[in-house]
Amino acid sequence: MNVELRDPNTIMKLSRLGSFHQSRLSFLRSFLSEFKDWQYNRDLFDLDQKGYGTAVYSFKKKDRTYSLICYANKINDDERSDRVIATKWDAAFTLHDGVPLKEDIERLRNEVPKQEVGRLSYKELTLSRANKSVRVFDHVVESLSNGNQPNLGLLEKVGYLYRTTAVYGSGKFGLADRFRIKNREEINGPFRLEMMLVYLVRQFTFDQVNHVAKNRNPSLAVKLDPKICRNLGIGNSTGLGMAPFIVNHPTLLNNWILSREIALKKIREIKIVETKDRDLFKNCVKNSIKNITSWNTESEYQLKKIKLLLKDVRKFINFMENEFNFQKDYPFNEIYLWLEKETCEECIEYIVSIMMEPFGEIIQPLVGQMSSEEEKYFNIPTERNVEDLKEILENKYSDILKINFNKEESNQKFWFISKNKEEPRLANRFEENGADLEQPLAIARDVKKLYEKLLPVENNLKINQFLVDNSDLRHVIRRAFIIENFPYSEIQDNTIGENLVPIDMLRLKLSFFGALKFDPRSDKWLRICMFQGAPLPNELKDYDEQWVYKNSS
Amino acid sequence: MKSLSEIETTAKRASRAAGYSWGIAEEVGKSVRLSELFGFPGIKHLNQYYQNKKKEKFNDIKLIDKINKSNGLSFCPIILGVHFIDQVKNIETLTKCSIEKLAYPLLLLPFLSRSSEIIGKKLLFSFDESKFLLNFNVSISSNFWNKKNLMLAKKVEISFLNNEDNFSDQDWKNLYKLAEGTFVDETDSLKEGAAGAGLTDND
Repeated sequence: MNVELRDPNTIMKLSRLGSFHQSRLSFLRSFLSEFKDWQYNRDLFDLDQKGYGTAVYSFKKKDRTYSLICYANKINDDERSDRVIATKWDAAFTLHDGVPLKEDIERLRNEVPKQEVGRLSYKELTLSRANKSVRVFDHVVESLSNGNQPNLGLLEKVGYLYRTTAVYGSGKFGLADRFRIKNREEINGPFRLEMMLVYLVRQFTFDQVNHVAKNRNPSLAVKLDPKICRNLGIGNSTGLGMAPFIVNHPTLLNNWILSREIALKKIREIKIVETKDRDLFKNCVKNSIKNITSWNTESEYQLKKIKLLLKDVRKFINFMENEFNFQKDYPFNEIYLWLEKETCEECIEYIVSIMMEPFGEIIQPLVGQMSSEEEKYFNIPTERNVEDLKEILENKYSDILKINFNKEESNQKFWFISKNKEEPRLANRFEENGADLEQPLAIARDVKKLYEKLLPVENNLKINQFLVDNSDLRHVIRRAFIIENFPYSEIQDNTIGENLVPIDMLRLKLSFFGALKFDPRSDKWLRICMFQGAPLPNELKDYDEQWVYKNSS
Repeated sequence: MKSLSEIETTAKRASRAAGYSWGIAEEVGKSVRLSELFGFPGIKHLNQYYQNKKKEKFNDIKLIDKINKSNGLSFCPIILGVHFIDQVKNIETLTKCSIEKLAYPLLLLPFLSRSSEIIGKKLLFSFDESKFLLNFNVSISSNFWNKKNLMLAKKVEISFLNNEDNFSDQDWKNLYKLAEGTFVDETDSLKEGAAGAGLTDND
């Protein structure tokens, strides 16, 4: 049986992309899988009694070492902010390529805590900072120092001791450019070094909290139970900074989504599913209920989605246990068709993610295809003609061409870069100044404009001739020739309409990171948790691949 | 040291702010990145050009021909570069073209380098005493080193070089003969058994 890949016109709608969940393809899971047999070390732990100082953690294999350097600093409560405009943090981190010399640690001590205004070198790969969840951190210190384990209810509600507010890589602020390291096999997957940084930061937070508790009461203090550690992750506050990324990297976006779609297609094409795979799938679905019921948010938007998800997952479990026969041919295809008919988008994508759990042999080769050599697709094939371009637009942007951009509501928003912080922002073009400096993220509007401009033009005119007088549309002409070969490279929705929910764009990216428990704090930023339930570094050698669904909280 | 990623982003944004479309700004970002990667002063010249552009007018070329004469104004290297890439398959048929009065000629260099890769031919770019051999966007050979006063080239020439060896037949034969020193003379027994396949293939 041949199952078709799902239609980009359905999958690339923002509401669908905003319903994606983590899976075995997610970057934090593929990072763990890649580095499980690397040697983990805590090389330096030089903190004072209050937990301020320097620490170094590393992963090493053969002649390659990656070292996380941590700088923990004292800050006042009124200086602690999750917004990217903050200038001080409880801790700042960089991932150094190799073993840092003393001079490196001293050089970086002056730069890393400054974050965006510091300067890194080609020897540093990623950069981040994090703030304590003061409420949780203080409670854990207090409990441990009195010889008790902390209140699990509080920990479950928050899920982490620290949350990061940005993780930078790929040449930002002087960090190493991607080209310097792209041929290393162990990082043949997007954001792998960013994931390593976050993972090692998580361990630092446990070590720091234990250290502070011990120093507060050396005779009575106990260590945080490893089981509790395992159920804590690293929080992350994410704003609009992430949204333009998925528009600005079309071939990369395609490769992420295409890998997911190929995985689903191959799973639906399995004629007979073995008992062990069936059982693993069923167990993951059932265990995952805990992940939904422990998903805390005050966002009404998300609460509605969670409620619907929970209802539909329970409906699916009932169907699977009481009505469905796994013995029939192509059972996952049957399940998928049932989901499409009976459940919401959030539930469809949730179960699609879990379908991948038993099939490591399908997923593993796809993980290696999720990067992109973007430069290869940059040049516009200008010897092609207008007829070719019209055809691409009609075939690949059919829904977008139906949008009426003469209506105010279709044009309401514009994306810009804030001068104060050089970060992307979104505003109402009819109420705010700055639309003349709009970023090129209104792809749907510009594609429609291109199409209208092309309509009266002779079909045999070459693109190089068309471009002579239409350079304002060059950016979308480039994209059109990309989507011709990369069907999932474009969001098939209006990114400037009044109904835009920007967090859908953030959620798409964060789901590929492997984030759990999306907690929107507005329509423009959200909090998430990473690595919650993941094995600790000293457990990596032999860990359970399905740890996401074994959270014991 | 600035990373290439920072160089590309800043060049792109500056180009948009200088009045170019986003599509052209993207081209400039890529090209200035390439220029710096090859060791040429892309950022410096782009900055100087954009400062001058505030005070001076430049000529935006449209279709590139064999001889491109100035209308009095110097040609804009950005528009020329972008159109050169777009039209390179047509220009290639001219085998050579010249441009009179080109502002900041070094800014054209990365566009020509990318064009060399697109058509799979080496290009020779020359003005005044400076020559640049563009090798398929893999490398640039040049006698240029940190010369000053490159605000204007009175005349530049771009030649498309045929894909030919740059050594003589005799050079090749001599080297090949030397390489044969790694081969083993085959005896009858080696001829029969060492290749793996049979001596006839009439099956």
